[in-house]
Amino acid sequence: MSASGQDRAKSTRPVVLDRAGLEGLIAALAAEGREVIGPVRRDGAIVHEPISGVDDLPRGWVDEQSGGQYRLRREGEALFGITHGPQGWKRILHPPKETLWSVETGAAPKITAPPPDDTRRAFLGVRPCDLAAIAIQDKVFLDGPFRDPRYGSRRENLFLVAVNCTRSAATCFCTSMGTRPEAGAGYDIVLTELEGETFLASSGSVAGQDILAALPTRPADDMHLASAEAGIERAADQQRHLDIDGLPDLLKSNPDHPRWDEVASRCLNCANCTMVCPTCFCTTLDEVSTLDGTGAAREQRWASCFTTEFSHVHGGAVRPGARARYRQWMTHKLATWVDQFDTLGCTGCGRCISWCPVGIDITQEAAMIRGEGGER
Amino acid sequence: MLDPGPHVDPMVPVLATVTRRWQDLPDVVTFEIEAPGWSGFAPGQFNMLSVFGVGEIPISISGPVSDPGRIVHTIRDVGPVSKALANLPEGAVIGLRGPYGVPWPVERALGRDVVVVAGGLGLAPVRPILYELIENRLDYGKVTLLYGARSPRDMLFATELAEWRSRLDIGVEVTVDRATEAWHGHVGVVTSLLAGADFDPAATTAFVCGPEIMMRFGANGLTDAGVAPGDIFLSMERNMQCAIGLCGHCQLGPVFVCKDGPVFDWARLKPLMAVKEL
Amino acid sequence: MSVETLERIISDHPLFHGLGSDFLTTVTRCASNVRFAPGTYLFHEGETADQVYLIREGLVALEIAAPGQGRMTFQTVGRRGIVGMSWLVPPYRWTFDARAAEDTRALAFDAGCLRGKCDSDPALGYEVMKRFMPPLIERLHATRLQMLDVYDA
Repeated sequence: MSASGQDRAKSTRPVVLDRAGLEGLIAALAAEGREVIGPVRRDGAIVHEPISGVDDLPRGWVDEQSGGQYRLRREGEALFGITHGPQGWKRILHPPKETLWSVETGAAPKITAPPPDDTRRAFLGVRPCDLAAIAIQDKVFLDGPFRDPRYGSRRENLFLVAVNCTRSAATCFCTSMGTRPEAGAGYDIVLTELEGETFLASSGSVAGQDILAALPTRPADDMHLASAEAGIERAADQQRHLDIDGLPDLLKSNPDHPRWDEVASRCLNCANCTMVCPTCFCTTLDEVSTLDGTGAAREQRWASCFTTEFSHVHGGAVRPGARARYRQWMTHKLATWVDQFDTLGCTGCGRCISWCPVGIDITQEAAMIRGEGGER
Repeated sequence: MLDPGPHVDPMVPVLATVTRRWQDLPDVVTFEIEAPGWSGFAPGQFNMLSVFGVGEIPISISGPVSDPGRIVHTIRDVGPVSKALANLPEGAVIGLRGPYGVPWPVERALGRDVVVVAGGLGLAPVRPILYELIENRLDYGKVTLLYGARSPRDMLFATELAEWRSRLDIGVEVTVDRATEAWHGHVGVVTSLLAGADFDPAATTAFVCGPEIMMRFGANGLTDAGVAPGDIFLSMERNMQCAIGLCGHCQLGPVFVCKDGPVFDWARLKPLMAVKEL
Repeated sequence: MSVETLERIISDHPLFHGLGSDFLTTVTRCASNVRFAPGTYLFHEGETADQVYLIREGLVALEIAAPGQGRMTFQTVGRRGIVGMSWLVPPYRWTFDARAAEDTRALAFDAGCLRGKCDSDPALGYEVMKRFMPPLIERLHATRLQMLDVYDA
């Protein structure tokens, strides 16, 4: 989205959209030839799948999350009552497994790369933490000096509908990370769910503005604005806390803190936190041979710094100890990411807390390194 | 809309052909390859070499910069891919991506004394520096190569080392950890050669390459001798899969060894090396 | 060679570089210039450690002989190095052979003389000890590194 487009879009006043308007939004995006992907309840969690209408959304459900716990239960009537599921949107933009190229071997080998994925997609229901995570991965994959053109192609063809949070899970801490339950930038349209299937809607790009203009909306009044603001404030108040003041230097200067041993004694090295983290970007390459031996392919799959093979060099792993691996992950998220990409690598989504089988809590670990008791 | 940049995928290799190959040591091979579109490299850079069906690894370029058509690699067969590479016959076709990495800042040594400390196979990544120093000998002060190997029969580029030793304008000292009775040279770690080397520490640029422990001792030895940490350069080795800062494996604290390195100065590296298992 | 010349040579060697002039004069009384032709031995294993050598030029191979394995050189000492640390500690006995691998010029210090001067002047003794200790530690570190067999990686 261009800066001028953003300026023009920002100047428009929020509008109110009801259920029919939301249905119209989904239809309008589909009419543009986009695959519309939204939150869908499946197997007791939320996943991102193609949706064809409002009925596909998980109306009347909320999530309960805590250390090592995730469950959905019925409550209220909201369409976007559930904060989020195990996966962010990186599963689509940066898939768990991709074939980079294949080669026909033999006398005159030939390398073929699959065409770029230029599917036009729209993500509906992107939480502010996940919107921030996309912005972080944009920096990783697109800001160079080298770029990932596969990610770039998907990103280029993407329309983003963010939904602000009016309710937080107990594991959320986006406010601490400066992300907040209210989307800041990077969306084409942002919605805030109000009572009774109505939404406050604003555009963040020209494309978003054009779509909104064609939908049945009415101007928002002060009541709507106040209601949205109150919801966002409520969500912010429901969160746990992580003090990031001076945290990068604190972590980098404490590589031998006894807390690393303590957390390593609980950590199972299962790599769940890296798989559910919406900013974790590491990958490993695999060589796959065809069964008849006439060809091979180079495949890229998600990797985790919690495995010993991750840091393998001739002679063994650079980080053979669980303590060093946990330290690497957390210090990367909350400290060295800043050196590398000029931003923290954590948006406060809290997934690593919920999906850790032993409930390790990054906010508590950071507090312990700081020398505070932390909250459990 | 977000600018996605060019749709050129840096992960896709070009095809390269092995044109010449020779056995340096029982487990070490040097080969030359040709690749379309190759436009040269800088000393200390590396390529990603693929054997189809086996995999891809980073290998430093060990040939001269002044001959841009030739791509020279020296490989020890220690893993599946390096073994497959080392066993390739002339004429074999491989995949190539590169060159990658921050080079040795040889220009920083102009007009100064140069000390090159190499250990084992670490002589290969510094060989392009030596070619440059010899080719433009008058641009530099005193030039010293200190090389350590495990034993006399593990010495890399022995013929070339002998040629360099016979020159009057560079000092070459070689030491081994394990001597044979026929060995008449130095015995002991490569850092022990620093005491006898002739250089002005205040006006010296040093390049160190070899096993990490050796490099740490080498950099500390040079610092003790009075060389400024910012004038000592090391080439790091870490797990590298993409070579372009996207796969994450080579992180060393805040740096990606592949794109921020592999060459770093000791002032930058020393605090990172001080942390175990970083 | 004059005493002045010998003093200058001693103070040129890193071990005694910067030593105070009184101390320098004292230790010079124990020193002499020596030269070893290639292949000759400075000393042999088991003999009394009655000398310590500061190498000026050349190369000395420290060896241990074993049946069936011949002479094994475990370390060489070149210019600016020291050979014969055993002079410092009882029982003052060489534990290896030292052979000149090249034409070698050195300063030889009479160990009994030097120990005597150090005993009678503890300030000198402490100074000498402080100067011998770093090369000893350095040799220990180097030996450790050698044992690690780092090039196997």
